[in-house]
Amino acid sequence: MDVLEKLTVLTDAAKYDAACTSSGGNRTAKAGYIGNTSSSVAGCCHTFSADGRCVTLLKVLLTNRCVYDCKYCVNRRSHETKRALFTPEELADLTIQFYRRNYIEGLFLSSGVYRSPDYTTELMIRTLRLLREQYRFNGYIHAKAIPGAAPELVEQLGLLADRLSVNIELPSETGLKTLAPDKTKGAILAPMRQIQLRNQQNREELVKYRHAPKFAPAGQSTQLIVGATPDTDFHILRLTQGLYDRYRLKRVFYSAYVPVVEHALLPSKDTKPPLLREHRLYQADWLLRFYGFRAEELLDPEHPDFDPRVDPKCSWALQHLDFFPVEVNTADYETLLRIPGVGVISAKRILSARRAGRLSLDNLKKLGVVMKRAQYFLTASGRMAEGLRFTPDSLLRNLIAAERPALPQQELVQLSLFDSV
Amino acid sequence: MTEMVYYYDGSFDGLLSCIFDSYAYRERPVAIYREEDGIPTLFASRTVTTDTAHARRVLRKVAACSPAALELLHKGFLTCLPDKEVYLYRLVAKLLREGPGFLQNFSDETLHPVAAAVRHLEGEAHLLKGFVRFSDFGGVLGGEIEPKNRVLPLLRAHFCARYQEESFFLYDRTHREALFYAGGRAVIRPLEAFQMAPPDAAEARYRTLWKRFYDTIAIRERENPRCRMTNMPKRYWGTMTEFQGPEHFRAQRSPAAVSAPGAPAGIPAPGTPPGSGPSAPGSAP
Repeated sequence: MDVLEKLTVLTDAAKYDAACTSSGGNRTAKAGYIGNTSSSVAGCCHTFSADGRCVTLLKVLLTNRCVYDCKYCVNRRSHETKRALFTPEELADLTIQFYRRNYIEGLFLSSGVYRSPDYTTELMIRTLRLLREQYRFNGYIHAKAIPGAAPELVEQLGLLADRLSVNIELPSETGLKTLAPDKTKGAILAPMRQIQLRNQQNREELVKYRHAPKFAPAGQSTQLIVGATPDTDFHILRLTQGLYDRYRLKRVFYSAYVPVVEHALLPSKDTKPPLLREHRLYQADWLLRFYGFRAEELLDPEHPDFDPRVDPKCSWALQHLDFFPVEVNTADYETLLRIPGVGVISAKRILSARRAGRLSLDNLKKLGVVMKRAQYFLTASGRMAEGLRFTPDSLLRNLIAAERPALPQQELVQLSLFDSV
Repeated sequence: MTEMVYYYDGSFDGLLSCIFDSYAYRERPVAIYREEDGIPTLFASRTVTTDTAHARRVLRKVAACSPAALELLHKGFLTCLPDKEVYLYRLVAKLLREGPGFLQNFSDETLHPVAAAVRHLEGEAHLLKGFVRFSDFGGVLGGEIEPKNRVLPLLRAHFCARYQEESFFLYDRTHREALFYAGGRAVIRPLEAFQMAPPDAAEARYRTLWKRFYDTIAIRERENPRCRMTNMPKRYWGTMTEFQGPEHFRAQRSPAAVSAPGAPAGIPAPGTPPGSGPSAPGSAP
């Protein structure tokens, strides 16, 4: 099998992994090495695939041979598909040559479980070591820690990679038991905890010794599949919050389940991936990380799922109308962030601009506030937009109408006189 | 104060000299045009001669008032904002009249057009850090871009750090200038015509591999052309490997760039930085 065919098979097998970021690294260039990771705090997208996702890393599997039989996965043992295995040299050469041409920001290396978790991890370590030491690659590397691998191997992997991730895959233990019978919650959480503790320890080492070897300096992330199991949004968001709080994760990724196989325990093969639900979860995820919201504020057991028509922040605002309107000339940063249509950047600009003078509604638009949403929830110098009249009911309708053009449209159907309505 | 239209030579120092002259002669420029554009006017007009000593004095004064304004002035000159000269003049005039307080207010009517244009410039430079595509011409990397703003000075530090052991050039089609880097030295030079050489066998192979990777990584069930275009507007596609026709992936016999028609004679061989010459405007280190 030549490299082109291997690349095709192993990219195809890796594409369902949602994470593709090069953020969090700040390694500057070194003489004699190629590359750095310091292009920007937020990472750098090198292209966008036809599905609109950012492509920043060469995202491939080392091999798609797998001893596990997870029901939702294309690479499971019982699935008949072409199998391939990269040699470390092939993969290192591809990475370097793509990197030189500025196609990519680095390598995202994941793998099926070939023979055993330890054996697979050793293969990955060999590849990364070749890349770092022989090819003198100084760019970004994201590696998957395989659940069940020995802690010593995870340690070595972390010293070579910028970011590590362990995929939780299914948001609940029951889902795991039925759909991924070879994996257990314990086996997934153990390496996650190890990476977190080691990372923390490494930060202390770096304070004492400037040249201490860095362990996964860009932190760790994880991925959850949405829509393969009946878990609610509330459950997923609470889990996410727990991961941020207790495991200090940098990111939690959500992957709308794309039915790749027919199985009695899974949604049927013609279900569309729940993309809108995934989108709402990402919006809520941002609210948790940058806007000071808690999962319990956004959802509760009575309302366990997000309203598909409006975003989670609008939804929260509609249920807390007593909190509004907010006066932009006096409100503090946390309060400004709660206004729909005001984001982190515009809130900071408001804080800075109002030191120079009182703000009016005209200023706000220039400061980057999205007035079509924000106008209902704020006042500037005691005034709302002129001629604005609304009731809680019409407010909801207006917000839905404001967002509708940005949402995926439902397919238009030709009406017929003879259809039974 | 008399109202006046200024003509200048198109360089950054030239613009600073205009600002200097407006104070020296107590004039208020209503428009500042480049001489070569030759826009006729009914106003009283004057051609300002570029004086580097005057330019330094303006820069020193602006830096003393506010380092942030200095950065805005430098970057503002690289933007594609129409009539950027007169906007930058107004910014400096307001800075000297009122002090740097208004720079905190992003919605200020003098600051906003300049700050928004600079944001556009920085956004474009950030996108291009990812969207630039290099080709290997016998060891020298070469690439082309077609940006709206003059982003090369902003891209220089990024690519020079990233490929510090390589030699490369990056040609800006819109502004007809190129960034050359070899042996730890980088320069930006005007370059009138440039044609990319066809790929050799190894280059064509990696292009094919990349194209295949790009086509495979997309999930068909999630296809979303609008989202892709929002994140990566179509005007960037013209210089990106993955959107080229089949000709782009076919190897030609000629192994090096130098043999291509119209290729710049001065592509530096690895290790030899190009000789000194007039530096492109705005590329002062």
